[in-house]
Amino acid sequence: MRTRKVNMIISLVTIMGGMALVVACGQRNATTVIEGDAAEQVYIAPGEYDEFYAFLSGGFSGQITVYGLPSGRLLREVPVFSQYPENGYGYSEESKPMFNTSYGFVPWDDSHHIELSQQNGEFDGRWLFVNGNNTPRIARVDLSTFETVEILEIPDVAGLHCAPFITENSEYLVSGTRFSIPIPQKDVPIDTYKENFKGLINYVSLDQDHGTMELAFQIEMPGFNYDLARNGKAVSHGWSFLTTYNSEQAHSLLEVNASQKDKDLMAIINWKKAEEYVAAGKFTERPTSYYHNLMDESTGIAHSQEMKMTRILKPEDCPEMVYFIPVPKSPHGCDVDPSGEYIVGNGKLSADMSVYSFSKIMKAIEEKNFDGEIEGIPVINYDAGLHGILQKPGLGPLHTEFDEGGNAYTTFFISSEVVKWNVDNLEILDREATFYSPGHLVIPGGETRKPEGKYLVAMNKITKDRYLPTGPELAHSAQLFDISGDKMKLLLDFPTKGEPHYAQAIRADKVKPNSKKFYNIEENAHPYATLGESKTKVVREGDEVHVYMTAMRSHLAPDNIEGFKVGDKVFFHVTNLEQDWDVPHGFAIQGATNAELLVMPGQTKTLLWEPKKVGVYAFYCTDFCSALHQEMSGYARVSAKGADVPLKWGLNETLRENQEQAEKFYEQLENKSK
Amino acid sequence: MKKRILPLILLVTSLISSCGSGGGGEEKKTDTGTEIKSELPSSIQEGKGVGGITDVELSDEPDAAMVAEGQAIYDMKCASCHKLTDQRVVGPGFQGVTNRRKPEWIMNMITNTDVMLDKDPEAQKLLEECLTRMPNQNVKEKDARDILEFLRRNDLDKTGEKDGAI
Ligand SMILES: [Cu+2]
Repeated sequence: MRTRKVNMIISLVTIMGGMALVVACGQRNATTVIEGDAAEQVYIAPGEYDEFYAFLSGGFSGQITVYGLPSGRLLREVPVFSQYPENGYGYSEESKPMFNTSYGFVPWDDSHHIELSQQNGEFDGRWLFVNGNNTPRIARVDLSTFETVEILEIPDVAGLHCAPFITENSEYLVSGTRFSIPIPQKDVPIDTYKENFKGLINYVSLDQDHGTMELAFQIEMPGFNYDLARNGKAVSHGWSFLTTYNSEQAHSLLEVNASQKDKDLMAIINWKKAEEYVAAGKFTERPTSYYHNLMDESTGIAHSQEMKMTRILKPEDCPEMVYFIPVPKSPHGCDVDPSGEYIVGNGKLSADMSVYSFSKIMKAIEEKNFDGEIEGIPVINYDAGLHGILQKPGLGPLHTEFDEGGNAYTTFFISSEVVKWNVDNLEILDREATFYSPGHLVIPGGETRKPEGKYLVAMNKITKDRYLPTGPELAHSAQLFDISGDKMKLLLDFPTKGEPHYAQAIRADKVKPNSKKFYNIEENAHPYATLGESKTKVVREGDEVHVYMTAMRSHLAPDNIEGFKVGDKVFFHVTNLEQDWDVPHGFAIQGATNAELLVMPGQTKTLLWEPKKVGVYAFYCTDFCSALHQEMSGYARVSAKGADVPLKWGLNETLRENQEQAEKFYEQLENKSK
Repeated sequence: MKKRILPLILLVTSLISSCGSGGGGEEKKTDTGTEIKSELPSSIQEGKGVGGITDVELSDEPDAAMVAEGQAIYDMKCASCHKLTDQRVVGPGFQGVTNRRKPEWIMNMITNTDVMLDKDPEAQKLLEECLTRMPNQNVKEKDARDILEFLRRNDLDKTGEKDGAI
């Protein structure tokens, strides 16, 4: 990883040649001058709230982290693509199906791009989507609970990097393959790339009420690498723009061979047209396999379904659906301004940045101003679609977002800076150093029709000397800038988790009022829920034992259980009977080889325990829930396989043997006290 | 021993909690800065506690349908901590509760738990005894009324008497 990073820098610098020297440096100095009131601007007094939520992808952590802005305080880590023993995600029986894929159970991924749901080109605060790169997947997080509730695998793609970019009314998530591959997969020599490899651009539709994802159709494109995308908005609504690199179709030493040409291509897709072709049946159905994993809201249980068919649209059968336009060398981000008129191509190996005009692109299409075609896809004349060129803004432009005043902000990976420029007149207005090598940046609403140009966060790839050293690896750092004035102002550095690739930030009051405080126990439809302590029981079905357990400050019920045997599969179904905010109970038992459970108020969660040795094992609540939390514990007795110790359980009473007896027991208790 | 200490602790805690609660306006400061507790809200003085429940009308005979509803909610949300006998587990046993507390107090305790624990001296006394803060169990007013009916039935069955605190 690190070696690759260094190689990349060296080779990029080599390619850029003398240019690197020309660009203003003096930015390698780690100490920066912070103006006097920066601390005040980021200080959120105890008990006060931040103004924005920022959701950062975790990269190789597979997760999402939630920060408050401007404080840079970590508010939460939301597990998405990686198992999370901290709360049992991916270990509990309810959440295990989330990781099912056509490759089996895959408990890790590389999460890259955060997309918040939108209505009319504005964030609506309902859901958050993020892609998994390595085992191509898209996840949905419900922002009322901050829990991952759905994961959809995308078939026949490799490295789902170019995802999951949302349209302005949350109609689709546009998701392109990073690597082209043989489709369907087959055993062919790698050097048959040009004849056998293809790239799919996937359109995932969203249910408007529930956010549920469905793979609507896939567009089969030439075998390039599809990198990043944005959808049109306002005037350009109905169109998608995707950058490609490796139009050379190299399959080895891409760092040299995929950067031969002066220009790569931007793909321009008319998805409204694609919808029409789908409706008209112009697709071919292709057998495939991919998994759709969805959490049932009333039970909290994830279910997996294998899908076996996909719909393919081919550009040569569907005229006026897909176009290309050249874009400078190896582009990364391709970003659409708030008006929807301008599209910025960030050619990361180019000295200049191309800014396209949507209306000019439309005019060029109308006038058929094409320079030939590639596999049946017309290539629009570069100059005809161009709004203008931003000359020598810096080195290695990666990603651009916008403010509400017509300005763009671009990260420059090689020259380690953020540059502010005017989109209309292409004038450079300001530049600020970052420490070091920023990838993406984020402005609240900065990719929508309604940006809030108050803050900007640059996510840096290299931290080096910014924090106390922690061995060879350092936390990646984010840097917060105040962009409300003419000049950007550095306010704060803060460490992040994993490797944030992209983030989105949203005004807190669009999320905060909907944040759930607990799960209504009346609505708990989990098949193993125990809705009341009198319903606790232990049931044996062969080698499987189901413990119906409740948790309430400060005891677990039952807390003494006997009759487990070596070789049993014991399912602890723990229901948290509390209905109060922020009172989870935990459950851990010695000898468990998976994780603990954290059960939110009103929820039921299940941990599988397979006792291997005879003995008496303690279990306890892991979340300090009350002054008597240390007392919240119990014992499980495990006997030898074949022993005739009967199943018994209880709480502060003589252990009882079965549920009928339990009911009798309660009756007696009541009668006695009558 | 414990009983002797309690009133002292109570006095101290009630002073502390009266500073922190921030509501009500029933506290005054003297010139010396010492806080004194002046008048408690009249509902507390009347033994009705504090909250949205000011007057409860009771029928003489507990309503059987309400009792059944109340028992279901009790089983799910209350039974972990409150037994139907006089045995204290996490919280006090429920036997005789309607003979000790006014119906308004009971329903306010169920529906307005946090405020009751902050303001009502009787609720605070129970917290001192039980040492576990009663959780807000998100019980709606109508459900609290059903629970009250169930508690009246329980008292009638177990002690032959109900509503003794009215
Ligand atoms: Cu606990």
